[in-house]
Amino acid sequence: MAKEIYSLCFMCTVRCPIRVEVENDEVTWIEGNPHVPGIEGALCAKGSAGLALLNDTERPQHPMIRTGPRGAGQWRRASWEEALDYVADKLKSVIQEHGPQSFVFGERTNLNTHISKTFMKALGSPNHFTHDALCKGSVNTAFRSLTGYSDAEVGIDYANTRHIIMYGRNIFESLEIKAINNLLDAMDKGAKLTYIDPRVTVTASKAQRYWQIRPGTDLALNYALIHTILKEKLYDKEYVNCWVEGLAELQAFVEPYTPAWAETETGIPASEIKALAREAAAVKPAVVFHYGYRGSLHVNEIYLRRSLVILNALMGSIEAKGGLFFKKGPKAVGLGDVGKYTDQEFPKIDFPRFDGSGREAFPITDSSHGNAQMLAQAILNQDPYPIRAALFNRFEPLQSIADSGQVRRALHKLDLIVDIDVNYSEIAWYADVILSESIYLERSDSLMVVSGLKPQLFMRRQAVPPRYDTKPGWWIIKELGRRLGVGQYLPFETIEDIWNLQLKDLGVTIQDFYGKGFVALSDKPILWNRENGLKFKTGSGKIELVSPLLEKAGFPSFPRYEPVPAPPEGHFRLSVGRCAVHTHVSTQNNLYLNELVPENELWIHPQAAERQGIKDGDPVEITSPVGTSKIRAKVTDFIHPEMVFMLHGFGKTVPAQSRCYLKGASDALLQENLSDKVGGSPAYDETLVQVKPLK
Amino acid sequence: MSQYYLIQDQKRCIGCLSCEVHCKSNKGLPLGPRLGQIIRVGPKMVADLPKQAFVFMPCFHCEEPWCVAVCPTGAMHKRPQDGIVFVEPSLCVGCKACISACPWGAPQWNPETGKTVKCDYCMDRVDQGLEPACVSKCVTHCLSFGKADKPELTRRERFAKAAALEVENL
Repeated sequence: MAKEIYSLCFMCTVRCPIRVEVENDEVTWIEGNPHVPGIEGALCAKGSAGLALLNDTERPQHPMIRTGPRGAGQWRRASWEEALDYVADKLKSVIQEHGPQSFVFGERTNLNTHISKTFMKALGSPNHFTHDALCKGSVNTAFRSLTGYSDAEVGIDYANTRHIIMYGRNIFESLEIKAINNLLDAMDKGAKLTYIDPRVTVTASKAQRYWQIRPGTDLALNYALIHTILKEKLYDKEYVNCWVEGLAELQAFVEPYTPAWAETETGIPASEIKALAREAAAVKPAVVFHYGYRGSLHVNEIYLRRSLVILNALMGSIEAKGGLFFKKGPKAVGLGDVGKYTDQEFPKIDFPRFDGSGREAFPITDSSHGNAQMLAQAILNQDPYPIRAALFNRFEPLQSIADSGQVRRALHKLDLIVDIDVNYSEIAWYADVILSESIYLERSDSLMVVSGLKPQLFMRRQAVPPRYDTKPGWWIIKELGRRLGVGQYLPFETIEDIWNLQLKDLGVTIQDFYGKGFVALSDKPILWNRENGLKFKTGSGKIELVSPLLEKAGFPSFPRYEPVPAPPEGHFRLSVGRCAVHTHVSTQNNLYLNELVPENELWIHPQAAERQGIKDGDPVEITSPVGTSKIRAKVTDFIHPEMVFMLHGFGKTVPAQSRCYLKGASDALLQENLSDKVGGSPAYDETLVQVKPLK
Repeated sequence: MSQYYLIQDQKRCIGCLSCEVHCKSNKGLPLGPRLGQIIRVGPKMVADLPKQAFVFMPCFHCEEPWCVAVCPTGAMHKRPQDGIVFVEPSLCVGCKACISACPWGAPQWNPETGKTVKCDYCMDRVDQGLEPACVSKCVTHCLSFGKADKPELTRRERFAKAAALEVENL
């Protein structure tokens, strides 16, 4: 008998709503939730390949305990009782001997993060950290420094924009289905797309204006845009007078940064820079200077991200139709907040975080996420204290943190490495214990709150029983907590217990989700009144161009622009990105996705390739100050000659993932571990590499 | 020709390849056969802008399909009621004549069964009043499926709107 289940995809972190058809406990069909505007059945390649993941035999099928050396792939099967007891016993002795702070837990933010954080708080460790800073720590800090809100509290009104300017935000390959459809609809109605990237992407080929900017110089372009906007008084005067503080200081600062100056630095003609400023201003406030999805390229990353937010502020497009908006949650419609286990009282934690977040290393970064890039240094230097045990869930330290060779050497020092995983990831293979996790089709999770113009709640609901001996992550954490004596902080047995806690102040019941998979809390978009109702969370209640957050920490609001030198002869700036069929590091072994993109290639400009004696398709060796790897060259005009590019997430070394084993190069192996110390992101694009034909 | 059309709106297509996976996962196909395939053309510079096209190539379901003519067993045939060209696996002997004959490369080899497999517009879905998998779940809704005698208006409408916008902006 066929049945339909509404749920949430989890092939990537976007978590699109899906409708799943099930017959005799087999998934027969997955599609985008037809009831959700902007989705209407649509599903990406990764979403449909969820079926291949479900049926894949090349994923952990039961708990496993290591029997040989780390990474050697020698395992024995364990029951859940045994594996959980084993992990809990080891953790107990680590905590007893070295204190709770010596235990760290890294995960990619997910619906159950409130449970993971509860677990760590209950144990007395300050060291729960997420992947967030690696992706966009500096975007987060940039937004907070100007508006008091983090980037996660801001959205983009793609559907009504009239001009969107994207800086390497490759929206048509790094997919969010709803956003894409809203943008394509807007473009159908005449909205303009300007795309700026040293590399031609699919997004570049859909744009009405494309600039192949010199790598690393976007900030120079933005200073010249701001210069032009202020000089020609193109900004939204009413909005700026009302809501922006520090315009005079900004104007004085950008005075020397003329379009002619920027032309030399960026390679973009001054006349075109001026034309963009004028065109954008002509449709303000329905204009978006996209602040980026990933923002972790350079050591001054926060200043690029700030310049983008400032451009939006000047256009009056913050909290505007067709611009940016602050996301509205259940409270905005007069409801209570969504319940979380972290709302409980916890024992006081006396230790600082391991990663320097909120202290000297990263004084103003978001400590609710931490700074994962510090993991290896903290372990190796025992700074600020020894770390002896690590738990990971959906977090890949060996492919997400730069200089993965160093990360591997650091992890080797630990007494215990545990990985909760749906894949034989690099870290799973290097762990002492793999706790096999059910995939999203086999489990229910905490409810998802989608704050936005119209707040909504969505439910991930189990579609089929687990194929193998796997469990949901929240159950695993609860069982570990119980064994470690903190079970009282995790007072749930079933997913319904979790849902009921989340819903208790919302006047919504579990059954309300079953019909369409979601509950809308408002039918009208909520925008605050631009004359008197904007609620910036800064001291002045306005957008603060001169930022007390930065200045009090000893950082300037407007640092002088540092020119970006061209790489020395024979060197290239290494840049990475994504394609539409893979998710970061997690799908390279999927049967269907691997078939479409089985390995990454190194994009290199023909002039550079010729000088190095490299022809299209040649295997090449790529060397950075920290690593060496092999990859095939793709010689193309459509990349700036100073840069080479590869897709993120390849070069895997786990034989159990036979389809992607040793295919392509690992970017993390080559990248140097540098950071924007102000904003908190790593600076992945600072690494210079050399490329030569492989003999 | 079959009674149906499957049209791709190039302007909206982003080459995300989801159509290919929708097809393969719906048909439970192994590594190898790609019943509908996106062929990328470009990028190349056109009037100072980089342009590329993603051309979706399923089966065209020809009026006089060469694959049917060359099939020695009658496995490849055309549904009389609507012209869908499909292969009946129980009759296919894996001779590959259809693969050689098709000018468009539509019939594909299934290494697991040792037989031909090809796009049949998901006729089981069509018979239930649904659309082919590639169309139903297309990320940008750039694929559309319908009866050929009901004209597809998207592109005419877009052109008309663009022309009207130009008039407005004069």
